[in-house]
Amino acid sequence: MTMEDIKLIEVKEDILADNDAAAKELRQRLKREKTCLINLMSSPGSGKTSLLLKTIEALKNDFRIAVIEADIDSLVDAEKIAQAGIQSVQLRTGGSCHCDVSMVTKGLAAIDAGAVDLIFLENVGNLVCPAEFDTGATKDVMILSIPEGDDKPLKYPLMFSKCHVLLINKIDFLPLSDFNPKLLKERVKRLNPGIEIFEVSCKTGQGIDRWVDWLKKTVSDYA
Amino acid sequence: MHELPVTEKILNIVVKHAQMNRVSRVVSITLKIGELSDLEGEWIQNYFNYLSKGTVAENAILKIEKVPIVFKCNRCQHEMEVKKEQLGEIICPHCSNKGDFSLISGREYFIKEMEAQ
Repeated sequence: MTMEDIKLIEVKEDILADNDAAAKELRQRLKREKTCLINLMSSPGSGKTSLLLKTIEALKNDFRIAVIEADIDSLVDAEKIAQAGIQSVQLRTGGSCHCDVSMVTKGLAAIDAGAVDLIFLENVGNLVCPAEFDTGATKDVMILSIPEGDDKPLKYPLMFSKCHVLLINKIDFLPLSDFNPKLLKERVKRLNPGIEIFEVSCKTGQGIDRWVDWLKKTVSDYA
Repeated sequence: MHELPVTEKILNIVVKHAQMNRVSRVVSITLKIGELSDLEGEWIQNYFNYLSKGTVAENAILKIEKVPIVFKCNRCQHEMEVKKEQLGEIICPHCSNKGDFSLISGREYFIKEMEAQ
């Protein structure tokens, strides 16, 4: 076989195009159904489940809420959420490092999405992969906790650049740490000038009200 | 970290184009991947070798072209290439803006072309 037999084929296809298109469609569907989907992302151990429980507690009289659990180790989390009296669905990501639109759609099928106002998607605990796959969520929210350090925007820039909200959790740890909130905010704002940043503590309750107010406004604007 | 699902998508697209162009063997595939992605070329090739067994793309070589991270300054519209290590310290060399940029490129996941017989 000679080199002349080889031909060049122009492919020009985006690898993530299918998922991106499905995400756009899902966002439109949720808007029609007046359901707000919040994609919650963070490292393992940053306090996603505690924050979720605290948030649900503050909002359960205002909105009908459901939770989609995608975290690999989350059977425990799903039980905690169920104990709080909230409808929750455990997704089997099959060990996958992230959640994509097809998985979210399966989760939504198990919830009566038309009958809830607000759904939290607890994404897989990881700052790399969930950043690259649009889930179709209305808003992307990430949690960074004080013990993780203020250098994380330098290591995981994509995650910080795509989120609408950053929650700096475990703010009660600040006096014990050399974490510099001012430096962190500067680093984040350079990547994402429009991001909202709230300092919170699930332990002391500090700042939870501001985050909850943001959610109330977001859900109300959406309905 | 998610090389496996991404590689599956690459293979599906490549097989589709091979059928459309009626070729029997794919020799190489050129990908354009943004510097912001954490994909490792070596792992994509390993997964590809595994997944493509028995398909027209078996033994194809993956060539990766990295696409630089480029930001546009929203104040003076100046476009600048930024290294991954400098992401937290971006300053516009033109107007000294420190906090208002839009990402122009660096997130690409694109199959550019393939060579086939």
